[in-house]
Amino acid sequence: MSASPAAAALAGVAPRPGVPKPDPLLVVDGVTRTFGGLTAVDVDHVEVQRGTITALIGPNGAGKTTFFNLLTGFDRPQTGTWSFDGEAIHQLRAHEVARRGMVRTFQLTKVLADMTVLDNMLLAAQQHPGERFFGALLPARWRSQEQANEQRARELLDKVGLAPKADDKAGELSGGQRKLLEMARALMVEPKLVMLDEPMAGVNPALTQSLLGHITALRDEGRSVLFVEHDMEVVHSISDWVIVMAEGRVIAEGPPAHVTADPTVVDAYLGTAHRIDPELEP
Amino acid sequence: MDLAQVLTDGLRAATGVPAIAYALAVIGLNVHFGYTGLFNIGQIGFLAAGAYGAGISANLWGWPFWAAIVAGVVCAVILGLLLGLPALRLRAEYLAIVTISASEIIRITVRSTSVESVTGGPSGIGRWASSFYRINPIPEGDYGFLGIAIDQRKAWVMLVGWSLVALAVLVTWLLVRSPWGRVLRSIRDDEDAARSLGKNVYVFKVQSLVYGGVLGALAGLLIAIDANYTTPGEYQTVFTFYMYVALILGGIGRILGPVVGAMLFWFLLQASDTLLRQLITDDSLLGGVIEQRDIGSVRLAFVGLGLMLLVIFRPQGLLGGRAPGKAR
Repeated sequence: MSASPAAAALAGVAPRPGVPKPDPLLVVDGVTRTFGGLTAVDVDHVEVQRGTITALIGPNGAGKTTFFNLLTGFDRPQTGTWSFDGEAIHQLRAHEVARRGMVRTFQLTKVLADMTVLDNMLLAAQQHPGERFFGALLPARWRSQEQANEQRARELLDKVGLAPKADDKAGELSGGQRKLLEMARALMVEPKLVMLDEPMAGVNPALTQSLLGHITALRDEGRSVLFVEHDMEVVHSISDWVIVMAEGRVIAEGPPAHVTADPTVVDAYLGTAHRIDPELEP
Repeated sequence: MDLAQVLTDGLRAATGVPAIAYALAVIGLNVHFGYTGLFNIGQIGFLAAGAYGAGISANLWGWPFWAAIVAGVVCAVILGLLLGLPALRLRAEYLAIVTISASEIIRITVRSTSVESVTGGPSGIGRWASSFYRINPIPEGDYGFLGIAIDQRKAWVMLVGWSLVALAVLVTWLLVRSPWGRVLRSIRDDEDAARSLGKNVYVFKVQSLVYGGVLGALAGLLIAIDANYTTPGEYQTVFTFYMYVALILGGIGRILGPVVGAMLFWFLLQASDTLLRQLITDDSLLGGVIEQRDIGSVRLAFVGLGLMLLVIFRPQGLLGGRAPGKAR
């Protein structure tokens, strides 16, 4: 169990779905997303506390990734509003959401395979005059910015242990290295909130520990993290707060120890049938 | 059989105005397809926009030559925006449908007799570029290189044409190696990744389409200036596919690929033409097998054969770009 100042701020918060937080960074209201007759997401109210690691868990098909896509502007809901750091962002497009400081990674990593690891990093820098069409033709006007970006990119790559790979094509990296690159690349954007969609999926156990370390380091640098995860051990070890989704709804939230003991959560994961089985009765 | 003649004819075509125009248009296509992953199959429409934009403003409204050229380029920009603003919001396939349709709509419209007073209908617009030849600084006389004879008129068009190619290569090179070009490559690779990093993918795609379209317009202007005539027959859909052949021959996503590809395409086309003619008449080796009138089609089969061999043995093109299958 981790104890951070941010987690301490959550100590007095009641563990019930939709509970208000003392210092929310992300506030979501009435979001629904249906595909034909299927309601994939139906979230009444949920808040994410600033400076914490918040885990979003739930069984397969609970709507976690859809919820992620909606919040980051990659999908549009039927109804709903949400605000980030006090600003309503529910009508913004994906790139505008990222520019506000809410940067996501993908469940199936989206590293730019044909580009070098360093170029992947440099792409993520914001406000680059060399990315304007006419500005691009005047290298003298953006070279210093490019050099500063490169220095920052190399420092970040060094932190995640990818510095020796900087000039390799990103397509040559292993699955775990891609996860690391995606996370480092997200940090190049200087996000306030890092949204990680299953950061541990397909990562070998040796790398898992280092990834966990990097995620906790993000919080300790003052960033907030919201991540989707299946592995309960991982959730237990690093998160300050856990939000549980099932069938599109938030069914429980609270500190990790609390939610794993919550019968609603156990039901959602295992189904209600197990209660009938006397073998499983506590 | 006179192989020297075959080589000379091939070389003349490889350095001539059609090859120059293809080089320009294919540099644009390479920005679209090679660097951004936009599948534009109506590049010829941009050539038509340039040529007709200039021809109409010079002929109908009596604009001076330089103003007509600017008008041609502006028409290509407008066409790029007109196609890109709606179609680039949608999935990639829509751009293909929209571009090929637009290029045909333009060709059929300008050919229509109902607008004959503006576009000249099927016979086109003549002699609007005469001013270009009045400012020719090259003294009258016969010029030549590598056994290819040209007059001062052709030398002037070729000089301007190859200068434009050099300029287009330089500007494109500056663009694609800049941070702007890096965003284009990221869009080609995975546009959702680019979005997640705060890039307005839509704006970059529109810029790419317009820039490549302007290069297409320059190609159209050059063809029209060379003939001092603009006719609808020069803007058939199939020419866009010849441009793709040139792009694949040279190497997709390589800065000089379009230039090498366009030269090679025209070399193959003309060399096989001359060779076939010789085989029919001089040696009567193919006499009775192929008629004179078939040569136009058979030489394309030769280019097709060349393309097949290339895709089998060197799929990345002569200059080692990306293989066609990987292009998007």
